[in-house]
Amino acid sequence: MAGPSVQSLKLPLTGNDAAAYAMKQVNPDVVAAYPITPQTELMQTFAEYVHDGEVDTELITAESEHSAMSACVGAAAAGARTMTATSANGFALMWEVLYIAASLRLPITMTVVNRALSGPINIHCDHSDSMGARDAGWIQLYAENPQEAYDLLLVALKAAENHDVLLPAMVMYDGFIISHTMEVVETLPDEAVREFVGPYKPAYAMLLDKKPFTVGPLDFHDYYFEHKRQEIEGMLHAPAALAASAAEFEGLTGRSYGPLETYRADDAEVIMVALGSTAGTARYAVDALREQGHAVGLMKLRTFRPFPAAEIAAALGGAKCVVVCDRVVSFGAFGSPTFAEVRSALYEVPERPLVINYIYGLGGRDTGPDLLEQAFEEGLRVASTGEIKEHVGYLGVR
Amino acid sequence: MPDDVLEIRWHGRGGQGVKTAAMLFAEAAFEGGKFIQGFSDYGPERSGAPIQGFTRVSDKPITLHNFITEPDVVVILDPTLLGTVPVAEGLRPGGKVLVNSSRDPAEVAAVLGVDASQVYVVDAKTISLEVMGRDMPNSPMIGALVKVLGTVELPWVNETFEKKFGAKSKTVVETNVAAIKRAYDEVRGTSK
Repeated sequence: MAGPSVQSLKLPLTGNDAAAYAMKQVNPDVVAAYPITPQTELMQTFAEYVHDGEVDTELITAESEHSAMSACVGAAAAGARTMTATSANGFALMWEVLYIAASLRLPITMTVVNRALSGPINIHCDHSDSMGARDAGWIQLYAENPQEAYDLLLVALKAAENHDVLLPAMVMYDGFIISHTMEVVETLPDEAVREFVGPYKPAYAMLLDKKPFTVGPLDFHDYYFEHKRQEIEGMLHAPAALAASAAEFEGLTGRSYGPLETYRADDAEVIMVALGSTAGTARYAVDALREQGHAVGLMKLRTFRPFPAAEIAAALGGAKCVVVCDRVVSFGAFGSPTFAEVRSALYEVPERPLVINYIYGLGGRDTGPDLLEQAFEEGLRVASTGEIKEHVGYLGVR
Repeated sequence: MPDDVLEIRWHGRGGQGVKTAAMLFAEAAFEGGKFIQGFSDYGPERSGAPIQGFTRVSDKPITLHNFITEPDVVVILDPTLLGTVPVAEGLRPGGKVLVNSSRDPAEVAAVLGVDASQVYVVDAKTISLEVMGRDMPNSPMIGALVKVLGTVELPWVNETFEKKFGAKSKTVVETNVAAIKRAYDEVRGTSK
């Protein structure tokens, strides 16, 4: 790959700063939102851009997240490029409208700053909010750091708006751990972002199209199924649209964003799977164990929806044991969501790895390399003995 | 944790600018071309409650995303935390402790249970009161830390204050820069 074609500007930004900056450069037609920690600073910063005239966005300060997402649906149906952001309980309050946005094929782009769902009440990170919405029909990308919070929002927006897809997209990053952590972020010039996302061309626009049409009428046993089948088709086109968007973005920046990323995994006997900021921490655990002579590696899962099953099978198929770490619990399920889907993706691999699951970090419980090394050590034991003691374990719980 | 990352843990109380100090020091390092992280531990936000901030500085990208539990340096903005909060917990062997205090380094070291050679003190409270007219120890502590570490340089700090606050108030920049310089000059350990 050639180097970046555009000169970037390095800035010290938190995850929230980075997402707000990307939104500013996109300059969406409409943003409707309601504040909730740890998303609040993102919307506060964006509201300052609106106030200072740096964007000409219509900012709708709704009275709840249900209303915010409803306003997004209305705006997007009218033909506006629409964005928003939320976290945790606010995200939960959007729930029924999430499905409506997807089924109406409205490419709304949303940042979800991951935070534990109450109760008990907790403002810190886990993935219980966005993981609960994995079947809502949205594209879901998990960012590792402020750089990805910025980059993936742009990549996701372009893929969502692709007329073969026309589905909303959410980009996640970890509450506080990323949202409130300042790191070095390479930003594109405004013109480069505007050129990348291009002028908005809605497939259907109630207020712009000459021919009137109805949005969201009754749809019973006569056609509902066909419309759902079309929605599925949109999601089936998402991998290609994400790949095309990411390829164009890579041309601008030199940064490559596939559905997953591996680290020292080629010859690894044990591969950990992690999402979000923990993937970064896990690299240190990999390095420490590699130094001790253990063949371990990492697979960072970036795209959760559409789930990249074939790529996962290719990335993990050579391992003896796969350790899936998930920052969410799925009560009553056989393991966490990522565990269940990764394990399923490996079913037809010729020499199936054994797969174990660790639930970690709920409610923001600090997760350092030492904890992840514990998970790796159990993975190494499973790899050498061929025996799983427990499919699901808990990392760092007292 | 890793040898090629400088890890700083800041301790203070809500209202003393602990989070701001952790972020500003990171931004100053950024001005000097370093890779950085600046963040803090968000608890119930109460004035006076013990607060921790964190700064990482490296010449390479930093992908760790956990709290700093084995710091190279601990910076204590409020001397009343000594003996109350385990501020020196996890301090790396040979690590440094910088305290806002008018006492001697050896006295402070005895309270902390570390070697006197590891401790540096600066009377950030007095500097802050005299230069800025209020007890806001975070800026002077940044100046003292610049001297103790040598990793981040004073002009980078000054540039950071200019960029962040220059448009709002020249006085804010000038008084902070003056307090930072004075703390840089006045910080003392056992060897100097």
